[in-house]
Parts: sequence; C-alpha cells; structure tokens
Amino acid sequence: MQEKATIGKGVDKITLLLYYTLVMVGFIAIFSVEYRSGDSFTQSLLELKKNYSKQVLFIGVSSLVGVFILLIDSKFFTTIANLLYAGGILLMLLTFVIGKDISGSKSWIALGGGFNLQPAELCKVFTALALAKYLSRQETEFKTFRSHLIAFAITLGPAILSIAQKETGLALVYFSFFLVMYREGLPAWYLIVGFSIVVLFVTAILLSFPVYAIMIGVIAFIAIFYLWRLIRRNFVLLFFILLLGGSCVGFKYFVDNIVFDKVLKPYQSERVLSMFGKTYEPKSADRIALFEKEKATGKKKDYTYNVKQSKIAIGSGGFAGKGFLKGVTTQGDFVPEQHTDFIFTAIAESFGFWGSALLLGLYFFLIFRIIALAERQRSVFSRVYAYSVASILFFHVFINICMTIGLMPVIGITLPLLSYGGSSLVTFTILIFIMIRLDADRQMILR
Amino acid sequence: MADFNYSRQTTIRIIIGVVFAVIIVRLMTLQLFSSKYEKLANDQAILRKVVYPSRGIIFDRKHRAILDNTTMYDLMVTPSQLKGVDTFTLCRILDIDTAEFKKRVVAAIVKNSRNRSSVFEALLSPEKYAKVNENLYRFQPAFFLQERPIRLYPFNAAANVMGYLSEVDSSFLKRHAEEGYLMGDYAGMTGLERSYEKVLMGQRGIQYILKDNLNRPIGAYEKGAYDTAAVAGNHLYSSLDIELQQLGEKLMQNKIGSIVAVDPRTGGILALVSAPSYNPNLLTGSERRKHFNELYRDPALPLLNRAVNATYSPGSTFKTLQALIALHEGVITTDFTVSCSGAFYGCGGGHPMGCLDKGVFNLQNAITISDNTYFATVMQRVINNPKYPTVDSSLAVWDRYMYAFGLGHKLGVDIPTERKGHIPTPAYYDKVYGKGHWNFCTFRSVSIGQGEVDVTPIQVANEMAYIANKGWYKTPHLIDSIEGGDKYGLLTKFQEPIKPTDIPEEVFEVVQNGMQGVVERGTGTGAKVDGITICGKTGTVENYYKGVKQPNHGFFCGFAPRENPRIAIMCVVENGGRYGGTYAAPIVGFLIEKYLNDTIAEGRKQRLEQMANLNLIPPRIYKELRVRDSIERSKDTANLKKTVYWKATKDTLQTEEEPDLKPEAKKSTKNDKDSNGVPLKIKPSAILPDEKRKIKKDTSKN
Repeated sequence: MQEKATIGKGVDKITLLLYYTLVMVGFIAIFSVEYRSGDSFTQSLLELKKNYSKQVLFIGVSSLVGVFILLIDSKFFTTIANLLYAGGILLMLLTFVIGKDISGSKSWIALGGGFNLQPAELCKVFTALALAKYLSRQETEFKTFRSHLIAFAITLGPAILSIAQKETGLALVYFSFFLVMYREGLPAWYLIVGFSIVVLFVTAILLSFPVYAIMIGVIAFIAIFYLWRLIRRNFVLLFFILLLGGSCVGFKYFVDNIVFDKVLKPYQSERVLSMFGKTYEPKSADRIALFEKEKATGKKKDYTYNVKQSKIAIGSGGFAGKGFLKGVTTQGDFVPEQHTDFIFTAIAESFGFWGSALLLGLYFFLIFRIIALAERQRSVFSRVYAYSVASILFFHVFINICMTIGLMPVIGITLPLLSYGGSSLVTFTILIFIMIRLDADRQMILR
Repeated sequence: MADFNYSRQTTIRIIIGVVFAVIIVRLMTLQLFSSKYEKLANDQAILRKVVYPSRGIIFDRKHRAILDNTTMYDLMVTPSQLKGVDTFTLCRILDIDTAEFKKRVVAAIVKNSRNRSSVFEALLSPEKYAKVNENLYRFQPAFFLQERPIRLYPFNAAANVMGYLSEVDSSFLKRHAEEGYLMGDYAGMTGLERSYEKVLMGQRGIQYILKDNLNRPIGAYEKGAYDTAAVAGNHLYSSLDIELQQLGEKLMQNKIGSIVAVDPRTGGILALVSAPSYNPNLLTGSERRKHFNELYRDPALPLLNRAVNATYSPGSTFKTLQALIALHEGVITTDFTVSCSGAFYGCGGGHPMGCLDKGVFNLQNAITISDNTYFATVMQRVINNPKYPTVDSSLAVWDRYMYAFGLGHKLGVDIPTERKGHIPTPAYYDKVYGKGHWNFCTFRSVSIGQGEVDVTPIQVANEMAYIANKGWYKTPHLIDSIEGGDKYGLLTKFQEPIKPTDIPEEVFEVVQNGMQGVVERGTGTGAKVDGITICGKTGTVENYYKGVKQPNHGFFCGFAPRENPRIAIMCVVENGGRYGGTYAAPIVGFLIEKYLNDTIAEGRKQRLEQMANLNLIPPRIYKELRVRDSIERSKDTANLKKTVYWKATKDTLQTEEEPDLKPEAKKSTKNDKDSNGVPLKIKPSAILPDEKRKIKKDTSKN
C-alpha cells in the first residue's frame, strides 16, 4: 500500500470534469431563470438573496464536502455504512415530528439561516452504502429469496418513508436499486414482472373495461392454445393461467377504483391520466362530491398547467434555441418551479435541441463513465456502490426529463447537479465523491 | 470474489441507452417537428401593443389652434397591492364613500384580475388630479396615474364642424377592414375628424412587450428591436375664422338654424354655424357618454350639422337664380317688366299667387322688392320657351342650370353627411302626376323657391359665391392645406374654379344691382352696414311639420363688398316667424361687419346683444322637451334642461317682445293681416292636389 501523497491520486478526472461541467450548467440555468435585465449581478451575488447566488454557496459547500470526502479513508465508508443508514432512517422519522412544511411536503428539517435539509435526499447515499455493505458481505448469498427480501427491505424502507412524507418522486428513485440488484444477480423475472405490471397499468388506463377484458381473454386463450400439451400434463397450469387472467381483469378494477380514487391524490390522478390524454373521472362518491364542489365554486385548478408550460418552453426552443436570457417563457415566469424541478426547460428554451441533446449527452457520458468505473472495481462493495450511483443518477435524469417533456406525470424530483437546492446538490456531491474516493482505492478489497 | 453476472452490465447499458434514445426522439418531436409551441409561447408572453400617435391639430385661418390635444389622467388601481393604502383619504379626495370604493375595486378585479391595473376613475378633473397627485405617495403602489391624450377645443366652438371621436364598433371595423383599426380604437365619427381621419390619425406604432405569467408587463421584447415608432398625425390648416364662427354661434344661440360664410375667391368656408350647438369639450371628458346621450335625445337635434345636413325650400333667395336662367335663355331682357296687380294670374284666376307691392317692376326692382308675380311670369317663360318642343325638355334645361349652380347634388364639401337637396326633374313630375299630366302651373310655386325644391344652407352660400364671382365658384371646403402635403389628394378638387355656364357678366351685374337694392331699400335693409356695399336676398319659407303649419323659416343670403367680394354668406333661422329680413338679415349684417371690419361698430353692439339674446326656439321644441322630461324625470335631465334651455328662456323672455327691428315693423303688421287675409295667400292644396306628397310648400313673400 502506498502512502497517499496527494488527495488527487487515483481520482477519476473525467468524472470530476463532468461533475463540474454539469454544476456550472446548473448555475447558468438557475441564473437565466432568475436574472432580469437591470439586476445588479455582483450585488445580488454578495447578498445571497437570489437563488443563483445561494447556488454559488452550495457549490462552494459541495466542493468542500467533496474535498473532505476525498481525504477520508475508504475503509471508513464500509465501516460506517450501516450506522449512517440507521442515522438516515432516524432523521427521516424525525421529520414526522419536527418536519418543516415546504410546498406541501413535510420532509424538511430547518437548519437555520433559511437553509433546510431534506433527509430523504441524503438517505439515498446511506441506502446505497448499506446495500453495498449488505451485498458485499462474505456470508451474503444473493441467490436466496431471503437475501432478496433483505435487500428489498434495505432499499424500499426509505421509499416507504418518503411516500409517507408525500415525496412520491423521491420514493420512486429507490426503485433504481433494482438495477443494481439485477447486476448483482437478482433474477431477471423480478424486473420482467415489474415491467409487465407497468405495461398492464398503462394498458388498463388506455383501454375501456370491455376492450381490456376481451384483450386479456384473447391472450389467455392463445396461451392455453399454445400451452395445451403442458396443460394436459398438469391441469394446475390451466388454473394458474385462468387465475392470472382473472387477476389481470381485476387489476383494471383496482387501477380505476382504488389507485386513482383512493391511493393517489386527485391532482396526482389528473396528472397521470392527462399524460395519456385522459381526463380523470372519479368513481367514488366522496371524490365525485369533491369535484362537484370544486366546479361549483370555480376553484378547480388546472393540474396540467405545469406540463403545458414546460412543453411550451421546451418546444418553443426549436433547434437553435432563443439565446441566453432571451426565453420569453422563462423570463415571464410561466413555468412553475423552473429553478428546481423544471430547470431543464430553461436550458431547452434558451439553447434549443442542440443544447438539450448536449446536456443529455453529458449525463449519458457521466452515467456510462460511472458504470465503467464500477466494472473496474475489485471489491463488490465499490462496484455495488458505483452501480447505485449510476442507477440513482439515471433514474433522476430519466424521471425528471420525462416529466418535463410530458412522458411522465409531474412528480417532485430534481435534475441531478443542475436543479437549484443545497440538499440535492450536496447529496449528489457526496454520492459521486464517495464513489470517486472508492475508485481511487479500486485495488483494495473493501468489505 | 467471482462475478457471475458480468454480462448483465450490457443489459443495463442497453436499458439506459434505450431510455435516452426515447427522450431524444421525444425532444425532436417537441423542438424540431412541432411549430405550435413557439406560437403558444409568443402568444402568452408577448403583448403586441399599439402605440397611438397624437392626432393632428386643426388651425384656423389665423393659425390659432381650434382643435388641440391635451393630456388628462386616469387613476389606475392594482387590486392585489391595496394593502395598507390610505383608503379614507382617497375616498375623500375623489368624493366617494367606502362602499363605492369597494364596488370599484371588485369591478376592477372582475375586469382585469387582481394583478393587473384597471381604471379606477377615468379622466380626473384638474382639481382631483392635483389633489391625487399631491397625495399619491399615500396610495402607491396600488394606485398610479396614467396619461391619456384627449381632444381639446380651446374656443368651445364649431362643435359640428370639428366632429368628435368615438370608439369604433364592429360595423366600423368591417367597413375599414384594411386600415388596421382594432376594437377599442377611437376614430373620427363626424365632421373634420371623420373626413380627415387618415391625415389626423397619423401612423400607429407597435410595441412588443414581454408579459409574465400574471400578465404584467416586464419590459420590451428584445429591447425593442421589432418595435415600430408611432408617427404623429399631420396638422390641418383651415379656412375657418374662429372669431367669426364664435360670433355666428353667439348670434344663433337660442335659435335653430344655420349660418354658412364662404370666401368666394377661394371657396374656403369662413364660418359654418349649426344651431343649436354644444360645447364640444363635453364629448371628450369622463362624462362623454352621459353628455352624448343628452345631446342625442335633445329634440332640437344639436348633433345635426344643419349647414350641410338640413334641407329647406330656398324661398325667395331662389329668385336670383331664376333671373340668371331667364336672362341667359333670352326669354327676358334686363328691361323686361311685369305689372303686378296684386297676384299672379298667369295660370288663370283660380288660385292667384300674391305679391306684396302692387306696381310695375323691371328685373332689378323685382329682385329688390321680391315680387312673386314677376318671377312666376319669368319661370313660366322659361318653361314654355318655344325653343324647346315640350315642357319636359324645357324643364330639363332649367334643371341643368340648377345643377350647374350647385343645387340638387352634393357639392363635395369636406365634412361628411352632406345632403344633396332636391331639384324637381321631369322624371320626378312624371312619377308624381303621370306623364303629360303636368305643366308649369302644376309647379309654379317652384318659381319662387317653394314646393318641390330643397337646398342645404351650404348650397345657398355657394350660390352667393357664384353670383359674387359673376359666374364661377370653388367647391366650399374647410381645409386649405395639410401639414406635410396632401398625400391622399383630399384637397385637389377644391383648387379648381368651376365655371359651369357661360352666362355673361352683364347678366350678373343686373342681378347684383337688384340684390344691392334689397339691402339698401328693399326687403333686407336689416343687413345694412355703413360703409360696406352689401348685396343680399331675403327669403321667407313657409313650412309644415307633420302636416301642421309652423312659423316661417327666415332666410338671408348675400355677399360683400360688391366691388371685390370677400365674403359670401347665408343665414337661416328656422321657424323664427315673420320674414327673412327680420332676423336672418341683421345676423348676416353683423357677420359681414365683423369679417370685413374685424370689429362691430360701437353703436351696433347693443343691438348685437339683443339679437344674440333673442329666443326664437319654436314652441314645438319646448313641448317635445316637456313631454320627454315628464316621461323620465331624471335628475340629470332636469339639470341639463335648467342649464341649457330654461335659463336661456328666462334671460330672453323680455327681449323677445321688444319691437326692435323697425324696418320690419310696418311689414310685420301687414303680414298679420296678410296671413289672415284672403287675397295674398294660397292654400297649399291649391298648388299641389295631394297635400300629403310634400310637407313644405306654398308661397313665399318678400
């Protein structure tokens, strides 16, 4: 083992470069959202009153945190992983007691000075560490159903807490760990079943009940027809197919009457359905009554406003974009939450298709670089962790951008390294820099 | 540790790659293959604001601004910022209660939403503006003052000449589809404002303004790179003499009628009075709608420009033209005499047309005395001229003369809604009586300007200019020149002198002699002004309203000075009663004096005041006003009634009875006798078999 002469030794420069490029793009985007001609740039930068000036602070803090992480011994992370995870869970539970309400989600803890911490963001790091720790244990045999269950529990625990905090978007991100688990040997049918459920869900939304039922029936009939020889050998299979078909039909009822009417909030139901060009028509009596009341008092909100404005901003950018600080949609504050969740619209409007594609290219390059780093690790811990980082980044980018272009319902989820916000930036910094640190020690076996 | 799942990284890479590919494809459809988003973005974020240029100013002949622009202020409110505003002070300044305040704020929210500013009080009066401006810091930022340019009439005169602006309606937009008007624009609706709209309007500018999500303006789009500047309207230089106009309006107050004065050398209109008139500034301020409503419903029709839009039978003023035709046609000579034994018996003894003074008259004296028999005989000769085979053809010849004199068709004056009047044609009589069933005796009243002939005051004034010039005239017009040149060719037709006939000057001399006699010793001595040779002609027009005989219209027209005519003028006093010489002649006299001497002689000033105060509004108008007001006893109506009519009546009740017009006194008594008496008067039914066909007819005297 060589002594570390500098903190730069073994650090992956490409990742570092991509990280800072994205952070700078983020600053420019936030600046373009907030800056109006006539504002004094230096003054607002010093007074920390504007979001972009605060973002500069966050970038500074993040860089410090990054340096700090690079100074820590790699073994520290394996050692403390479980403890951090426990602490993270505790913090999330704490929000239920002392949580601060920010835009309808009680998932923040006030740090004083106007800064707030969102434990659910940080918990992603801890979960990644804990999952890496669990999977890299010598005694873990990631083939048993039990080990699968434990891995699920580690990853989905914080997700459930996030849902309880009404942070559906963050909860969704925890499903990214399935990609990691798949890499580590989780049988493919987990993913196939998951994907099938998504397809079934979409089909259930798109088709009316009779068409849906007939379609399921036809599929079941074809299955029986082709599997007839197997069924003749084992009639249980026939019952299984019929049961599956029946549950698929029941799933439609479940989606229509339970998911949209009970599980999701009215605005969430509307956003999801509007994505598929449908309007939400509540089935339960209390929802119907609520809708009637809203209509009568004229308080019916347009929950699709965000997506409409987001699409207008992106679509109006055209190929070349309107130019820096020249986006009329951005300048007119038409896109709500543009500096956080909808920051992509600012880039897409100002810099058009080439700018958007370039940004996506940067993300794509970063994710693939991290996967490449993961694959060169000697220790399972580092590999699992790096995959976690890649998967989390991927999910964030995928869900956030799909949301802005109308391929996904609007859920609060940030665009990594670009969106305004200290919690998000610091979390991704920690996430990435731990990985860089581990990669610097890639020849070591860490457990 | 052995890794059995090494190959799975490829699957993961493929999944990520596919997702990114989907996103890129989606971005392409949004950004490259769909143009609607750009339109949507611009529609919601860019406001296309029309910048109105200041309208052109109109100057009179001495370059005094008679139609100007001024700035008034609207008090604007932004309801979302009302917190902490000193409402009480504001209410006190504006003289409203808090309930009214709340009402207006709610109205503003309903109209323009909370975050945008709406008008709280439009066009503040100068006193309110001063108070609000002084205390504005107490009401900011919820309240602010916004400039609003409006029209100003510094002389309070010539309302009907200038016209007014009004918000364009949908039918206007349809008619002017290509001229770029938008809903909410103002355009000239009457008068010069309308005729010269194109010139006065200027060129509108367009500003692109960025709006935010709450529709608030946040600045110029692209720093104004696509904006076009507004070009102010061009000024107009009018021939109008505003002092003469004011004097005319003063003399015509409490009367119904009209005065038109033209410079015969240029055709430029010097004064164009239509009475009753109104203060044009009433139709610019904040209470425009209320005032307009009042004026619109006034039975005396103050919004009607009688100078161009009212038609009357010309009465005896017509005789001058009859003389010209007869002389030029050669049916009479200047020495031709007719003896009047008391009435015209040229059509048999059944229904004689009366004359005032018995005796033998030549042409000059016949004009001076306004002898009916003479002109009935003259026209009979024209119509029964053996030169022409039929009555049809000879009447057609007569018609051609009349058209040439500017009657029976629009002159083309530069104010809208000019009427063409009426000159009876053979076709017209064919229609009324049937072909071959009419001859001169059927329409003999036309010979003295009654019956089926209708003229507008401006046509009469123009006819005077024609006689003054001895054979030519220029189309009467108000605008002499346009600042920056006449780009639309609006003034071309006013430049060319029109010489419609080749009547020799000697003929005019004879007619002018007669007209000079009218003022010097005839029926129009009331117009006499010392030191000025005035040629004139009176006219007294019998008329009917809804079949009921009304007091006579008094006409006087003329020009002066005879040697070098500088003003041709006509005045009509509707239903003034008595004769044309009674009221119209002195009014014309004052105006000629004012124009030529630039002042009224000291000794005549008192009489001028008497004349001005004289109330000649016919009882019919008061009756209609009373009927209207008894139906709706609104406070406002009572107020207007008080200020405009009742007050005027009170002031003038005494003066009306004063027999101040001595030259007419003798005749006046005679008239009384005449109107009762048998021989001098012919019932209308005697002239036209069917009375209902025409309202205004019958003989004229003077």
